[in-house]
Order: sequence, then C-alpha cells, then structure tokens
Amino acid sequence: MIIDPVTLIVALVTVSTPVLLAAIGELVVEKSGVLNLGVEGMMIMGAVCGFIAAHETGSPTLAFLAGMAGGAALSLIFAVLTQFLMANQVASGLALTLFGLGLAALLGVAYPGQPVPDVAKPFPEAIREIEVIGPILFSHDLVTYLAVALVAAVWLVLTRTRTGLIIRAVGESHDAAHALGYKVVRIRILAILFGGACAGLGGAFLSVVRVENWIEGMTAGAGWIALALVVFASWKPGRVLLGAWLFGGIAALQLRLQAAEIGVPVALLDASPYLVTIIVLVLMSSDRTRAALNAPAALGRVFHASS
Amino acid sequence: MKLLPRLLASAALAAGLALPAAAQDPFTVGFVYIGTPGDYGWTYEHDQGRLAVEEHFGDAVDTVFVENVPEGPDAERVMTQMILNGADMVFTTSFGYGEATNAVAGNFPDVYFEHATGYLREHPNVSTYSARFYEGRAVLGHIAGQMTESNIVGYIASYPIPEVIRGINSAFLHAREVNPDVEFRVVWAYTWFDPAVEADAAQALIDAGADVIMQHTDSTAPQAVAQEAGIISFGQASDMIQFAPLPRVASIIDNWAPYYIRRVGEAMEGTWEQADTWEGIDTGMVVIGEMTDAIPAELRASAQAMIDAMAAGEYHPFTGPINRQDGTAWLAEGEIADDGTLAGMNFYVEGMTGEIPN
Repeated sequence: MIIDPVTLIVALVTVSTPVLLAAIGELVVEKSGVLNLGVEGMMIMGAVCGFIAAHETGSPTLAFLAGMAGGAALSLIFAVLTQFLMANQVASGLALTLFGLGLAALLGVAYPGQPVPDVAKPFPEAIREIEVIGPILFSHDLVTYLAVALVAAVWLVLTRTRTGLIIRAVGESHDAAHALGYKVVRIRILAILFGGACAGLGGAFLSVVRVENWIEGMTAGAGWIALALVVFASWKPGRVLLGAWLFGGIAALQLRLQAAEIGVPVALLDASPYLVTIIVLVLMSSDRTRAALNAPAALGRVFHASS
Repeated sequence: MKLLPRLLASAALAAGLALPAAAQDPFTVGFVYIGTPGDYGWTYEHDQGRLAVEEHFGDAVDTVFVENVPEGPDAERVMTQMILNGADMVFTTSFGYGEATNAVAGNFPDVYFEHATGYLREHPNVSTYSARFYEGRAVLGHIAGQMTESNIVGYIASYPIPEVIRGINSAFLHAREVNPDVEFRVVWAYTWFDPAVEADAAQALIDAGADVIMQHTDSTAPQAVAQEAGIISFGQASDMIQFAPLPRVASIIDNWAPYYIRRVGEAMEGTWEQADTWEGIDTGMVVIGEMTDAIPAELRASAQAMIDAMAAGEYHPFTGPINRQDGTAWLAEGEIADDGTLAGMNFYVEGMTGEIPN
C-alpha cells in the first residue's frame, strides 16, 4: 500500500500550523533581542482562552481573538519582568511556561468536553474538491492561510521596511539603537506582545479547530518545538515555514507509514525534529562567521539605558 | 487542620484501640491520579468512582485526591503525605505506581492499598485490581466489523504492552468473525494522552482508508476527527457521549464505582483481604455505553446478546480455535485462554497484518 501524497501534504500543513504561528512570533521576539522561553505557556493560554470564548460566544472569530489576547496577556508578564524589572530572560521564560500551564488548567476546569462551534472553511466545497489542487491549496482553515501570510509579512517587514530595520537594530545592539534615539524597551515589549499573540493564536487553533476540545496540557511540547524551529531556521522567516512543514511532515509521515504497515522506527522519527535542531546548532557553531550573521547579537542580554 | 483529634486517634491506634477510634472518625480514602478528572477518559472514571464512594457512605467516609502525580519517587511522597494527613486507605490509579505503592505499604502496615492495573503485591495490605477491557473490545470489534464498508478498521494504540495488544486481538477476532474481509491498521501513538498526536493518528488512518476508528488512548481528539470525516468511532475509557449518535456509536466504559464502594466497605468493616481482582462485564466493571441508532437494530441486538453471554459467564472472547499470527496453534477448538497468557499477551492473532513494534 502506498501513501497518498495529497493527503500527506494536507495533513502536514494542518499539523504544522500551531507550531508555525508560535515560531514566527518567537522569531520576531528574538530578532528584537529577547529570548522568551515561555512559548509553551503562551500557547496553552491561547488554547484555553480561545476554547472558552468559542464555547461561550459561539463565534470562531472571537475565539481566535481571545486566544491572541490570552497569549499576549501572559507575555505581558514576561515583558514587565524582563524589560522593567530586568529579570533574567531564561529563568523568566521558563517560569512563564510553568505559570501558563497552571493558570490555563485553572481557567479551563469547567470546560473539557464542552461543545464549540464548527469553524467554516474559507473556500466553497466545489473548489475544495478539485482533483489534487483542491485539497492541497484550498481545503485549509483560514488560520492556516493567515499563518503562511504572516510568515511572508514578517519577512517583508523585517527585511524591506524601516520598522524591520529598527527591530533588528534593537536586537543586534540595543546600546547603539538607544544612542540613535530608539525606544529599546518599548520596541521589545511590542515584539514580546506580538510573539504572545501569535503563540496564543496557535494554541487557539489547536483547541478550537484541530482537537475541538480543551484538555489540560494539550499543547504537549509544541511550544518547545517552536523554539527549536527558530534556531533551526537560523532566524529566517522563510526557513521557519520550511522547517515547520518539515517537522510537521515527519510527524504526519510516520503515522502514515505505520498505517500503511511499513516498518519504521517510530521513536527515531518522533525524535528527529530535535535531532535535526541539534545538528543545525552544531553546524552553525562550527562556523563562527555564519553563526554571527544569523543569531541576533543582543539575544537574551538585559538592557538598561544607563549602562 | 484538626491536629488534636488526629493526635488522639494516633495515640488510640498506638494503644491498640484502632477500631473504636476509626468508628468515631470518618474513614479517609485517598486517590492518586495520573492525570486530571477533566480528561474525560481514564482519570475521569476513577474520579466518578471516588464520588460514588462519597455518595454511598455519606459522612462516614472522607475522600481526598491528588491529580497529575508522576509515576516514580514523587508518587511515594504524595502517598506518604496523604497517609500522614489521615488517609486510612489509598487507591493508586496507574500501572506505573506499582513500586511506589508497595514501598509505602511496607511503611504503613495498617493502611489499605489498592493499585489499579498492577501485579505487585509485596505486602499483605496491598491489593491489585483491573478490568477485563478486552470483553468490551470484543463487542466493539463485533460492531466495527459489520459497520465498516471499506473493510479497513483503524486502531490508535498507545504502547505495545499486553493490555493494549489484548484489546487489539479481541477486537480483531470479533470483527473477523462477522466479516472475513476486514483488516486492522494499527498506529502506535506512544502516548496515553496527547490530543494533537491522537487527532493526527486518526487522520492518518482515515487517509489510509479506514472508515471505523477505534482508540486505546484517552482523549476525545480522534472523535472530533472522525466526526469531520463522517466516519464511525467508539468512546474509550469514558462514555464520550457528547459525540453521539455519530461518530461515536458505542463506547467502552471503565466503571470503578462498584469495586470502590465494595472495597471501602470491606476495609471499614475489617473484612478486607488481599486480592488480585480482574473483573469484566459480569460485575459491571466494564460497561458498554449506549449503542446509538446509527447501528442497525439487528446488529445492536447481536451485540447485546454477546454482552449478555459474557455477563452470564457463557462466553469468553478468547475461545479456540485461535492461531497466532505466524500460523502456529494457540488455542484448540473450544479451549479458553488462561489468565496468565492473557496477562502477558505479546503476540497478534492470525489474520493481523502488521507487526508489533519492540
């Protein structure tokens, strides 16, 4: 039995959407020089807020907005801790994940198994059922198209606009950016909020569209994959998209190989996103000039105007 | 915290006056959960059992529980804390708590321990209990075999352990019995609980041609995928009735309440004895949830007949002749599988096409 490539592609695009959203948000955060390890926490907050809103209001649009708001609200805590109180970013990010998981569990206590509205697909059925092209190009959810569009937008903004230049300047050398009169803290807070909203939207997609249920701990490590993805992509938006599809493709493929009864070492395939990331890290650090080109120079460093 | 009464109770215990002291104080039962009652699956049903104990005994019993307890040393700490806070009996509701349960039981010989799905009973105050889920799987297989039109049944499995393999074999045998052309496709998710992976696994099976999905993982995610694809699924561990009448056409429910009530009652009366309990449809530990109208009436009747036969002890799902996957004989005509082989089952039966991963 052979694996159908069309359904494989459809599945990998769906599978990768939450991770892609979280990763593109985190990319902008890291480009501005902030390392937020709280992606998992922000995603799960998005998942629970999105699900609650979907159930209470019956509106998918409000659900996605609530998911973004939930993720952004949690990231605001991180922003205050690291930008105003100058706390260590690694420790704050880890704490944010733990806090997010706990808070989401608390908020969602009454919601597992509650019904949510169906999310309508943007394209009509006639177009979706065109051979091959229909399923691959037109069968997805609006959020999936939005995620891909967001990647293009982030690329455009970061590389082709003045705003992008400022974000990158802050991320490369906050002292220089500060000397030029840019508000380093304000720019970074906005980036952190953007990252939180993206992660939250990814979480809401997971709970409202893909699983259609709220379950405690449902993101199950997707946030960590998103973090790995940013490094894997060496902070380039296009590569984030490719990486997300590659990681999603591996996940979708291994399940299909099993369903087709082709013997594969499942554990190895499951671990492959992490293995690939480690290999990329090794390759990057083996070539210092290339690594220096890619990683934002001020990543993870605390900024204070007086220093 | 009522410290003084507890000190007095401890003193009374030390003086060998345990029974009168216990009669005055509510009997406290602790539950250790691997997940949360909100999973609508495994832990949810254990919590339903706990609530049933509370309702049945009223003020005579207090229950406490701790959720999300990892399997390992942390479980020992949780159990010990529970007992120091007054628990007289502890239910540990996951396979991986076996060693921790026995270690703590050795320290507290006066406390009753009940370990779900385990086999270690190193101290006289430890019992183990489990349900014959494979009886329920036989009924679901019977339904799945006749409902499938593509003749491909997708099965989302968790880990390749005897419990899961037994379920696959039982479902497959009874699907084949009514449909000689049916095939099972098994995807191992390597998790008990990861909604996203479970949803992806369901989608992969559907893409591979399955039009019936069975699951041995705990979340409702596969149900949502089945609903969208317009195919059939079965509730697992819990009823998952919110997905009825379609895609969920029936379910297999772990009903721990009668056992919990019985054992707590025995412990309170002092008639509790160590046991290795393995009960099924006959005592109501395994229940088949409502079969919906999506199943043809005739099929519902034959499934019900099968349930009744198992309840009456007239039918065993593993009754020969049954061959192993490699074609060698396992059970002769009319022979019934013994519990030892079932408990350690690590092979597929004849007709299964896949391989069990190591």
